Amino acid sequence: MRARARSNLRIFFIGGYIAYKALFNWMHPSYYLPTMLGAPLFQILFFAYIGRYTGLKDDAFFVVGNAVQLSAMAGIYGMAMTIGGERWTQTLSQLLATPASRLALFLGRSLPLIVNGMVTSVFAFAVGWWLLDFSLALENIPTLAAIVAVSAVACTAFGLLVGAIGLRARDVFFLANLAVFSLLLMCGVNIPLDAFPGWMEAISRVLPLTHGIEAAREVAAGASFADVDHLFWTELGIGAGYAALAYGLFRFFEADGRRRATLETM
Amino acid sequence: MAVLRLIWAGWRFHVKSLTLSGFFLLTSSVQPILFATMAYFMFRAGSNEQSLLYVALGSGLMGIWSSTLFGSGGAISWQRWQGTLEVSIAAPAPFVLVLIPITLATATIGLYSLTATLLWGKLFFDVPFEIAHPLLFALSIPATILGLGMLGLVLAASFILYRNANALSNLLEFPVWLVTGLLVPLSLFPGWVRPISWVLAPTWGVRAIRDSALGEGAPLAAIGMCLALAACYFVIGTVLIGHFERLARERATLSLT
Repeated sequence: MRARARSNLRIFFIGGYIAYKALFNWMHPSYYLPTMLGAPLFQILFFAYIGRYTGLKDDAFFVVGNAVQLSAMAGIYGMAMTIGGERWTQTLSQLLATPASRLALFLGRSLPLIVNGMVTSVFAFAVGWWLLDFSLALENIPTLAAIVAVSAVACTAFGLLVGAIGLRARDVFFLANLAVFSLLLMCGVNIPLDAFPGWMEAISRVLPLTHGIEAAREVAAGASFADVDHLFWTELGIGAGYAALAYGLFRFFEADGRRRATLETM
Repeated sequence: MAVLRLIWAGWRFHVKSLTLSGFFLLTSSVQPILFATMAYFMFRAGSNEQSLLYVALGSGLMGIWSSTLFGSGGAISWQRWQGTLEVSIAAPAPFVLVLIPITLATATIGLYSLTATLLWGKLFFDVPFEIAHPLLFALSIPATILGLGMLGLVLAASFILYRNANALSNLLEFPVWLVTGLLVPLSLFPGWVRPISWVLAPTWGVRAIRDSALGEGAPLAAIGMCLALAACYFVIGTVLIGHFERLARERATLSLT
């Protein structure tokens, strides 16, 4: 029992770290800096300037919305590519032939992505503070960090779902892009939820990020954790729901892929 | 005549092949629709009374830039991965004439985004599609495609020097949307941004398309600027490609990714 737990922990930490290094070139500055830091910088400026032009909201609205949303990018693309990349390099069958716990395997891969998402988010907040009209009280930073972390976790779980669908779908990268852009549209990142028709708002309420962004905006405006704890727990619950759904779907598609011998069909 | 035939045949081939790509379908249709939807909601909910046709045209141009950026920026890398780069360079036609149809095709594919955002706006946001100067509008589109296609040639040539062309494309999508005034007027930015916008074809392309559609400004001058910039980009692109080709042959690094 203890040996199994140790093996799972090894797969979780070491396997996750190696997969992160192997599957993504993000560790290399020439890829990491433009993609994970450069693009987010301009994304925030782009939406903040539209906000200024339209008179929709102040800079803080866009800085917080985009900074939290950017924590999703690594989780969704990363988890989708974890599975899509294995298919692409024809290593998925070998991976799934191992007796390794699937939970430890894929949760381990998600950990570096959550940290990665948080780094991007911190950078985005710093950009907002440096270049735009945004400030944050020091005492609010720990609560905000917790909200960003839980949002990154929820988005990574959503990414795992995209990756699980990628076991069956032909183009997981298309799905991952679609997921990221849909979250950007639907989760109140740049548009107040009350500007949406009712059905869009209802969908946004079951997506990751929506509650995290709402909580982060309130905290940035001075609210305490007690004021937003219901949003925090809802975000975590949504993340847990997506993780469970992703795991179930993954096991189902894995079993189905074995039966039909279609695991690596591109 | 042979040059035109080569460009025509290459352009047709690459437009067809890009049309079948899921990635380009996303970049040129789905992504612009999602961004246009965001822009429609933002402009509607805000206090600015800018027309939604202004937003639809700007969002369409955003898609043209994205498909040019990712398609042209990665044109040589993709040829390397597919193993067709050596064959293309060894062909009797100058390599730049092989590359131009690709970059023009990536810009042309962007037309899907303009069509998609206009249709989407008309169907779901009641965006009126009334063109003030139809003839100038019809002229402004090929001029914009040519301008962006030739800018794509410069991108293709410049990105050769950068191993992760994709990362550079990721970086350049938002800033060009921003500094070329596709959704936000340049008057909102600091003065140093304007000279940058002047040398970028999307600035003049969106002006030409928007001014001819909305009946404002001087669309003919903007069309002229698109064509003039296209000529400059062609010269710069040809020099850069020639330089790259010579170096790659000398160092035998053509197929190295």
